[in-house]
Amino acid sequence: MTSFTKPLIRRRNEPTNELGLVRADYDGAMSTLCAGCGHDAVTASMARAFFELSIEPHRAVKVSGIGCSSKTTAYFLRESHGINTVHGRMPSVATGAIAANHELTYIGVSGDGDSLSIGLGQFVHAMRRNVNMLYMLENNGVYGLTKGQFSAAADMGSTAKKGAVNELPPIDPVSLALAVGATFVARAFSGDREQLVPLIKAGLKHKGFGLIDVISPCVSFNDHKGSTKSYEHTYKYYNPAVHADYVPPSKQIKAAYDAGDIMPIELHDGGQITLRKLENGYDPRDRAAAVNKLFESGQSNEIITGLLYIDEDHKDMHEMARMEDRPLNEIPYAELNPGAAKLKELQKGFR
Amino acid sequence: MKPTNTRNPDYYHKVVDCQWACPAHTPVPQYIRLIAQGRYGDAYLLNRESNVFPGVLGRVCDRPCEPACRRGRLEDEPVAICRLKRVAADHREDITDKLPKKPAKTNGKKIALIGAGPASFTVANDLAPLGYECTIFEKLSEPGGLMRSNIPAFRLPEKVLSEELDCILDMGVELKLNSPIESMSALLEQDWDAVFVGTGAPRGKDLNLEGRWEDGVKDKIHIGIDWLESVAFEHTKAIGKKVLIIGVGNTAMDCCRTSLRLGAKNVKVMARKPRQFFKASVWELEDAEEENIEIMINHSPKAFVHKDGKLTGMVFELMQYEIDDTGRITDQKVTGETTIPCDDVILAIGQDNAFPWIEDDAGIELDKWQVPVVDETTFESTRKGVFFGGDSAFGPKNIIWAVEHGHQAAISIHKHCQGKMLTGRLPNEVDMAPTKMGMFEWRYSNSYDDAERRQMNHVELTKRFAELDVEVELGFTPEQIATEVERCLNCDIQTVFEPSLCEECDACIDICPVECLSMTEDADEAELRASLSVSEKIEGQDLYVSDALPLTKRVMIKDENVCLHCGLCAERCPTAAWDMQEALIQIHHADDQDKEM
Ligand SMILES: Cc1cc2nc3c(=O)[nH]c(=O)nc-3n(C[C@H](O)[C@H](O)[C@H](O)COP(=O)(O)OP(=O)(O)OC[C@H]3O[C@@H](n4cnc5c(N)ncnc54)[C@H](O)[C@@H]3O)c2cc1C
Ligand SMILES: Cc1ncc(C[n+]2csc(CCOP(=O)(O)OP(=O)(O)O)c2C)c(N)n1
Ligand code: SF4
Ligand code: SF4
Ligand code: SF4
Ligand SMILES: [Mg+2]
Repeated sequence: MTSFTKPLIRRRNEPTNELGLVRADYDGAMSTLCAGCGHDAVTASMARAFFELSIEPHRAVKVSGIGCSSKTTAYFLRESHGINTVHGRMPSVATGAIAANHELTYIGVSGDGDSLSIGLGQFVHAMRRNVNMLYMLENNGVYGLTKGQFSAAADMGSTAKKGAVNELPPIDPVSLALAVGATFVARAFSGDREQLVPLIKAGLKHKGFGLIDVISPCVSFNDHKGSTKSYEHTYKYYNPAVHADYVPPSKQIKAAYDAGDIMPIELHDGGQITLRKLENGYDPRDRAAAVNKLFESGQSNEIITGLLYIDEDHKDMHEMARMEDRPLNEIPYAELNPGAAKLKELQKGFR
Repeated sequence: MKPTNTRNPDYYHKVVDCQWACPAHTPVPQYIRLIAQGRYGDAYLLNRESNVFPGVLGRVCDRPCEPACRRGRLEDEPVAICRLKRVAADHREDITDKLPKKPAKTNGKKIALIGAGPASFTVANDLAPLGYECTIFEKLSEPGGLMRSNIPAFRLPEKVLSEELDCILDMGVELKLNSPIESMSALLEQDWDAVFVGTGAPRGKDLNLEGRWEDGVKDKIHIGIDWLESVAFEHTKAIGKKVLIIGVGNTAMDCCRTSLRLGAKNVKVMARKPRQFFKASVWELEDAEEENIEIMINHSPKAFVHKDGKLTGMVFELMQYEIDDTGRITDQKVTGETTIPCDDVILAIGQDNAFPWIEDDAGIELDKWQVPVVDETTFESTRKGVFFGGDSAFGPKNIIWAVEHGHQAAISIHKHCQGKMLTGRLPNEVDMAPTKMGMFEWRYSNSYDDAERRQMNHVELTKRFAELDVEVELGFTPEQIATEVERCLNCDIQTVFEPSLCEECDACIDICPVECLSMTEDADEAELRASLSVSEKIEGQDLYVSDALPLTKRVMIKDENVCLHCGLCAERCPTAAWDMQEALIQIHHADDQDKEM
């Protein structure tokens, strides 16, 4: 908390986006998280990404579960739709919302506790269905909100604030996502917004389920020596391996790229993701390569980040389930609810 | 870029835009905080240390601080700094006991001060308490210089001026009125340890056009500053119904408004150029226009018209100008002529220096414009022991500059009398004081208040012309004071950064309401600025660059232009790498020059 609310002031020469909005128009309520919490930096990066993409705030939906991370949907996009669900249930609520209106931009915000313990089942199935949303997993290795118990993401051998050692193997959300069919899989760090902001933009524009596992240190309960999710540890082993930029349809440069240097990936909206800094011909469209890369980096303790895998061709839930394209609120009532007689007729077909 | 050296006393000083812009470096935010606490007397004394005449300047200062004010840069309107100074003066309790005093014993050094304007009075104010025997010689029958003879009483009441002059005279300063100095050489032959010339720029410019010296005309054409003086001393009590003022500077504004009070019914201010070239301050123009003064642009005076031995009007050429993108006039042409009837004309087209009483062989060099050759730091002339200050030194400026010249000349005189080098002056210093009182609690009001600038109330138009000395501005009400003090951003409470404590969590960057912070790879200034949300360089302020940060070796940068000094970065920082500290800028005067350097 701070002593007063961040004031909204309109400065001269303030940059605006295509909608004429300023960056601060994408802010939300004042954060009540601990000073220095990584989650606040992620919040700021999300706000900036929406600003830069010129998304109208009222055309965005924020969904979250329970936890410090999940609280943060209140701290950005004050004019968007949003729902804080019960613990671990955000993926189903998001799935339902997207089924009702898939024209909006969906962003889910969750924590390692919310997603990998109580909500693990929901999380996995949303990825499997390739629900068209960007899922931000703010990963600090602990349950921050309940004062720092190890989460399922805690590394083996890392210690809690008072010294207890974690002996259980971690669940790595990135490996999990690769295993169950997510189509945009990335890891990032709250401390590197030069990587994070473009990644969020790319994730929002990707069609299908996007996961960004963001290392986001908990300054109050997991920022000590012995923690593998502290600022110090993360900066030390940090390796920004694949840098992704989103290039909107209007700004595309059709020039040829130097192979191996920059790799363009065409998106459904006509935009493009361009990948830079690819080591040794790494191809993020190759799932096996991604799994390998992850395994190798794990061996050397290094924290590999960036867009590790992308599949732009996979059908999303809407397409797979052949759902209605129009948002339900735009369908005339009579058509939406054809009446009891029609229901009976339908049911007859199943008998 | 090289890391910023915040130990350089000018670094934080410059961040305090108003104090940096004030010629006398008045610690504005500090006195505004005192006013906020109702400590009017303390606010007055603090002002007095730098600007000597808070009551006068709180009304008529040229206020270079206001266009510089950070608030004006961020939004539209600066803090009403000058009005708040007047609040301190108007509401101060009796502070006589706290003023510098006449010492029990003098030091035997005798200083002659010529002219009783703000410059000489400041020198006396600084030197008398140190034991100097100061004598002021004044040509006129009253002290104060142009503050008395030219600034009209409806802007500056006589009582306010007299009070502030008296407290300097009470320090044991001798004032000799009706005592013009007519020979510098004669004065120098007397037993003075130093001489200070504060005689102003007393010669108003004339306009030698056709008809100027005709009988019946010449008496109706007045030189602005002489005319105002004669009004102030009640030699002139009336003027014709139709008056033309030539020129559109501050003197012109005083002349037109004074005319209205002497019975003129139709007063026009005639300007040669369009409005953007007017020399008068915006507020003086507004105040005149509020009194229904008409300002006519693009009229260039050509001749005086007379009939039957009487001034009847003036002929003007109608001008047209070509103005380029940078606002400069590139070409002009005359498109016609017009005659405007009038009974009197007042010329307000500038002042010159004049020293007919300084002999050529006095050892004091004057340049070809009759301006003395004066050192810009020491204010010494080409003759040792003779100093100049105020309008007499470099031509007409304003009161606050006269005061600052006086301070500097006093330091020089003190050194001169001690036989020390005049250039061995104490450099400015800066002391940092903590402001943290507890969790999210600071010794200043850090929350940002979005109130708009308060407007000064004026005496009703129908009531203000009856007497010459009805003060037009009423001063701030308690409600206006309470709101206006909160508009000050406390720019002297600095964001002090300790890189070795930084965890690089970005909390400060995200909370900053004006996005003036960033962490980035070190680069040259242009590149660093580009990484900020508002990357173009707004006037003047520097870019702060920290030492390399411990974890990533990046640097923290801050654009000092737009910082609100709200302290949110310090509140958000988990390791107190950011802290809010008060920068006390030490500006030295004559009294502390004997300290060890
Ligand atoms: C009409 C007008 C309005 C102004 N309004 C403002 C304003 O609102 N705000 C502002 O900041 N500034 C204003 N100024 C400017 C300001 O008044 C001067 O810059 C300031 O007073 C200069 O101070 P000084 O001490 O140098 O000299 P002055 O104030 O000019 O004082 C010089 C004194 O020396 C005396 N003197 C001259 N020669 C001799 C001699 N030989 N022997 C003895 N005495 C002598 C003169 O009689 C005079 O009293 C105004 C000026 C004018 C003309
Ligand atoms: C059903 C239910 N079980 C348990 C809790 C207690 N609880 C609140 S937050 C939380 C864990 C949050 O951890 P994470 O998602 O990592 O969020 P963080 O605070 O670390 O950001 C738990 C177990 C709860 N609120 N509801
Ligand atoms: S407890 Fe940890 S996760 Fe929660 S707000 Fe504080 S630092 Fe952030
Ligand atoms: S906001 Fe206050 S301290 Fe800052 S420049 Fe303006 S008056 Fe001075
Ligand atoms: S004080 Fe700190 S948070 Fe406030 S405007 Fe300045 S840099 Fe930003
Ligand atoms: Mg957590």
